[in-house]
Amino acid sequence: MENRLENIFIDPHALQFDEALQLLQQAGAMLPDAQPYGQEWLQAIIDALCDLSSKDALTGLVNRRSFEMAMSREVDRVARSGEPALLLILDIDHFKAVNDSYGHAAGDLVIKAVAAVMAQTLRPMDTLARIGGEEFAVILPNCPSSFGATVAERIRERVAEMKVQVAPGKQLNVTISVGGAFAPQWVRSSSLLWMERADRQLYRAKAEGRNRACLEAHVESLVSAEEKGMLFALTQQEGV
Amino acid sequence: MSTTTSTTAAPVASTRVSTSREVAKTLAVTSGKGGVGKTMVTANLAAALAARGQKVLVLDADLGLANLDVVLNLHPKITLHDVFTEKASLEQAILPAPGGFYVLLAGSGMVEYSRLTPEVRDKLLSIIDQVKPRFDWVLLDTGAGISDVVLYAISLATDVLVVATPEPTSLTDAYATIKVLATQQDRRHVGLVVNQATRVGEGKLICGQLQQVLQRFVGPTPGQAFKLELLAEVKSDLSVRQAVLKRQLLLEHFPGSDAAQAIKGLANKLLGNGG
Repeated sequence: MENRLENIFIDPHALQFDEALQLLQQAGAMLPDAQPYGQEWLQAIIDALCDLSSKDALTGLVNRRSFEMAMSREVDRVARSGEPALLLILDIDHFKAVNDSYGHAAGDLVIKAVAAVMAQTLRPMDTLARIGGEEFAVILPNCPSSFGATVAERIRERVAEMKVQVAPGKQLNVTISVGGAFAPQWVRSSSLLWMERADRQLYRAKAEGRNRACLEAHVESLVSAEEKGMLFALTQQEGV
Repeated sequence: MSTTTSTTAAPVASTRVSTSREVAKTLAVTSGKGGVGKTMVTANLAAALAARGQKVLVLDADLGLANLDVVLNLHPKITLHDVFTEKASLEQAILPAPGGFYVLLAGSGMVEYSRLTPEVRDKLLSIIDQVKPRFDWVLLDTGAGISDVVLYAISLATDVLVVATPEPTSLTDAYATIKVLATQQDRRHVGLVVNQATRVGEGKLICGQLQQVLQRFVGPTPGQAFKLELLAEVKSDLSVRQAVLKRQLLLEHFPGSDAAQAIKGLANKLLGNGG
């Protein structure tokens, strides 16, 4: 075999790094302090670029592309484990009016403030992303269905309580609408269908007057430890 | 007897006099866990029903993830995939299988259709509607676990058969599957086949145990108790292993084995129940 990996030699000096380094500098990423063009340095550049391409520039949250990957993983996990996982889609109400009245810089401030308050409200294991202009989404793994509405409501309240300073002496109140759906437990499905279901609930929240959370009715299909215990009680007795 | 490279289309146009019903009974065979012998049960049940004079079609309802072609050692040139992509007609894709029944295999290209979209939903519904008047029984074979496609296919079936083995992992997955069917599809009756039973009476024991937990946790809706019915106990049997390894039908090659007798019993029960 001629095509063995060890026979491929790359001259790092022949590669173009200018644009990549510029991008990283602009994004405020730490540039590697390893020997330039060495293996360690190259790896650090690749890692920094990966990090950059998975994040939203304005908020620093996960971006849409990497959120979709996270959703696919969660759908597959839940199909195996049967754990309840909740997807919430959150949209800032009347955001266009903020942009129109106070300018896009103010709009950006609002988006950053909403992102920050949401991130504070969530658990470290949750994945929060900015998936569109004023649209956010979060995956809450291992979220019992009885907590779903509470979590959604808490995020909505925290955003509504917050004031965003958009200009000297000018503070804004913003609200969000939230739609949510649980991943199908034990069922191999797709992130696309999951997103559609949560989206439908978001439309409902908007139609019902905004500044509210609507969740799809969820039938718990988790198999609890108690159920498993009872399932095996007899077979185990038999084995003794 | 072994390799059937079918290019000849099956005679689908019904020349036989339909005996008792206008359209086929649709029976979904599912399991939860893979490797419990679900496809073996499905294929041999189809042969047993065919031996009783029934016209039977087995449809690979997990769209490319079921193993029907492997179990039957079939290498079809025309599959459901060609029907989906409109490269062939449904008639061309329905093939005769060893054992006197017919199969509609998904084909490898179907993986792209293995997630439920409105297109997949419409096509599956249309295909099942088209085959129902031409057969007495349509068996829907599914792959390991449940997908949204499988769940949809099951929703189109009149009856459901869950195959489980006495192994704890299989029991848990079978329980989860039944729970999903009971809670999300409002099913109140599910048939159970306990495969690879190690002793007589194990099937009854397992069915009773599952029924108890279901009764407690899925709960009786007012006026509608949940009924899990044991339809067969198939003993762990050396002949099954041999038939599977040789990719042959148990009913054809070891008709006298305990397992073959159990599956014939299952067919009789279904015919008795189904009228």
